[in-house]
Amino acid sequence: MLAHNGIIILLTLLLALIATIIPMPLSVDDFRPDWVMVVIAYWCLACPSRVNIVTAWVVGFILDVLLGSVLGVHAASLAISVYIIADNFQKIRNFSIWQQAIIIGLVTVLYHLLVFWIQRFLTDAVFLPSYLYPALTTAILWPWAFLLLRKIRRHFKIK
Amino acid sequence: MVFMSPIFKHGPSPQHRLLLVLFCSGLLIFFDHHIGSFETSRGYLQSLVSPLQYLATTPKRVMTWAGENLSSRNKLIRENQEHKIKELLLQEQLMKLETLEQENNRLRLLLSSPLRKDTRKMVAEVISVDSDPYTHQIVINRGANDGVYEGQPVIDDKGIVGQIQNVGTISSRVILITDVTHAVPVRISRNGIRLVASGTGQIDRLIHNFVPHSTDIRVGDKLVTSGLGGKYPEGYPISEVLHVNQDETRAFSEIYSQPVAQIDRLRYLLLLWSNDENVSSEKVSVENTSTPTSGGSE
Repeated sequence: MLAHNGIIILLTLLLALIATIIPMPLSVDDFRPDWVMVVIAYWCLACPSRVNIVTAWVVGFILDVLLGSVLGVHAASLAISVYIIADNFQKIRNFSIWQQAIIIGLVTVLYHLLVFWIQRFLTDAVFLPSYLYPALTTAILWPWAFLLLRKIRRHFKIK
Repeated sequence: MVFMSPIFKHGPSPQHRLLLVLFCSGLLIFFDHHIGSFETSRGYLQSLVSPLQYLATTPKRVMTWAGENLSSRNKLIRENQEHKIKELLLQEQLMKLETLEQENNRLRLLLSSPLRKDTRKMVAEVISVDSDPYTHQIVINRGANDGVYEGQPVIDDKGIVGQIQNVGTISSRVILITDVTHAVPVRISRNGIRLVASGTGQIDRLIHNFVPHSTDIRVGDKLVTSGLGGKYPEGYPISEVLHVNQDETRAFSEIYSQPVAQIDRLRYLLLLWSNDENVSSEKVSVENTSTPTSGGSE
């Protein structure tokens, strides 16, 4: 994974992790986009031979440690969501950027529902509609993140 | 895309990978949640990720630093005066308290019950608040290097905030009283009735389960820690009763209370050491604390 400027992939993932835990005012915190999801989805579409479900699982595990949730909750949810993208990467690649944004949004909804279901199973978490707001912002973020990450990938010739 | 051939995939298929990682997640969840066998390794993991947490809070710390350093001279003078007046008032109360404490100790000696000793305290600062809506936790800038231990009580200037859950080297994680998995033994300060305050996952609400209808409890009653669980010292304020519904059709009465600590705007916290562990009653050790500014939601 580290060959051919793979360190750049790692750096983008680290930045996404930092963006996930950066403190924000309570009013906009509910709308925090899923940076990790966006970055992993991009690399899964662009370099499926280097970033795959196992990468997503490891990043999800780090997320578990950072967020203090039960170990494995975010890891499993992220792995399942990324599996959908990784299994259909050839189809998703051919969609237009807006269609991709909708797909990423739906996958993010699934991701948050998975996290909620596991939490509900472990502790008596109560569902609030605000748990799904990030899907909206993630879908809006996708086109911009896609263009930026593509620029990075082409600049560093990551294959 | 020269190196990558999408037709011939390398390594195990995505299905196999998914099965593998789901199996690993299942094991992790089981061992972490049901058996709790990651208590010590979570400390190491916490130390590993604390650079990320410090990095993530850097922009905010820079802003706070700038805000503190760029405040006007007039404002500082005014604040200084306010603090002086406040200190005077507090000193007066302290004098009263000291005589009371001496008197109390003498009376306790007469009754031959154990004396209450001053405990060791340390100021800590919140460095990050997690964004996961399912757990209520914060990370503070004190760790094993400062002698922090698991289960240590954490308070702010109003009352109990929570207890230490995982200890890293330079940072540790605090579980708040409002977390769904957290409960504190409390008593009503008015009449000494014992209750348990459980978190609800809502930042402004605690619930008291299994309270009989005959219990004498009213809206506005102050609840303080009873010290029975052995985790929290006795007598610290925790919440105020908000809602009492003694509906006879239910098995127990429905009681909610509101934490007195401002859980949503924590910045400076106080770590308490339990009495039996540190008999050498050190006074408050204030290290590297900049001027505390009030307010500011974290």
